[in-house]
Amino acid sequence: MACFRCPGCGYTYDESQGDAHEGYPPGTPFEDLPEDFVCPDCAVREKGDFERARE
Amino acid sequence: MTSYTLDHPTLGHIEYRDRKRYLWLSSLFMPLFPMLGIGLFFVTGSQWALAVPLVFSYGVIPFLDYALGSDTNNPPEEIVPQLEEDRYYRVLTWLTVPMHFIVLIAIAWFVGTQSLTVWSVLALAITAGSYSGLGINTAHELGHKKPLFERVLARIVLAVPAYGHFCIEHNRGHHKDVATPEDPASSRMGESIYAFALREIPGAFRRGWAVERERLARLGLPVWSPRNEILQSYALSAVLQGALIVAFGWIMLPFLLVHNIWAWFQLTSANYIEHYGLLRQKEANGRYERCQPHHSWNANYIFSNIVLFHLERHSDHHANPTRRYQSLRNFDDIPELPNGYYGMYLLAYVPWLWYRVMDRRLLALPHIRGDLSKVNIAPDKREAILARHGQVAGVTA
Repeated sequence: MACFRCPGCGYTYDESQGDAHEGYPPGTPFEDLPEDFVCPDCAVREKGDFERARE
Repeated sequence: MTSYTLDHPTLGHIEYRDRKRYLWLSSLFMPLFPMLGIGLFFVTGSQWALAVPLVFSYGVIPFLDYALGSDTNNPPEEIVPQLEEDRYYRVLTWLTVPMHFIVLIAIAWFVGTQSLTVWSVLALAITAGSYSGLGINTAHELGHKKPLFERVLARIVLAVPAYGHFCIEHNRGHHKDVATPEDPASSRMGESIYAFALREIPGAFRRGWAVERERLARLGLPVWSPRNEILQSYALSAVLQGALIVAFGWIMLPFLLVHNIWAWFQLTSANYIEHYGLLRQKEANGRYERCQPHHSWNANYIFSNIVLFHLERHSDHHANPTRRYQSLRNFDDIPELPNGYYGMYLLAYVPWLWYRVMDRRLLALPHIRGDLSKVNIAPDKREAILARHGQVAGVTA
């Protein structure tokens, strides 16, 4: 499971945790997030902008 | 005064004192200003005193912006993380939340218990709406922050202007689509504020509702769910405004109607002036370029900024939406309005005057230089604008 970080505001999507508020259950791979996914915190960085943070 | 220091590996020793630290108390107490009008009424017995808060907003503040001028205070970027961590600043935004409830309840009590002329009730409803519109600014500051506590506070304060969909629509809609023709909350060149209001108010509601419906669908919940954060805020609005009607009678119906519409119109006014005519370009992949500092109009006037939690440093806000108000920075060579927000609202309410001042300023921006292909133009005004300002190479209809 990997983590992906928003380069703008630092929000981190942890695949093992998912994002309960946004409706992504634990274990949801980052690549399975919708293509129009935007950072849930700042909304100015899109899916393609996210950087892999750590394994 | 609190001093922030940093030993930077390349820049050396950096020390910064925030000279506006205690001036931010103005943003905390600004929502209470209508109480002064009520107090003066009791002292003088004249209903003209009730107009004082409106005169302050639309007369005194624009004058002070003109007289006191720009704000040279700018925190070094390296110091921003320390400023962000200083809890003093965020506590001020938390304490501002009850102020909006207090002032609406106080004005409603006054309207419900005093013998007033129709004009006085109208002035008070507009005053209350104006200062509840300020509540949307408080919600704006809180709703962009990461801690759940602050996001809940934003939902609570949005109950005062009855605009519970704002944070969802603004954060996830406006910030994503800003300065594009797709954004109902970005005004277009040639679009009057009144035409804009009719596009922005319903458009923002639809977009906020759609974003929340999608989130709830991912959670396997229907849109009419207690976990719908828009409905949570609306429910609080219904309780608050229902209680005012029960407590102070049917006079509250027209009062609250005018109050709500004027509060919403305050947000419309801010949205109208913040991105007028500005346009992000499409890249080869069909996506819009990222929002740049030149995609927002700014007003770096000291006075209106310290009563609006730095809302007017708008370019930095769009570049860093989660950044707290005390850390927002001004930049040189970004679109600058000729007065603060309140003065610009007044100008916007007179469309021909607005076009006269702003269209020239818009076309003179360094990244536009008269090139209308770089301007967000109202479709129904496109021909007239092209005829007036000339076809420029590269312009397509």
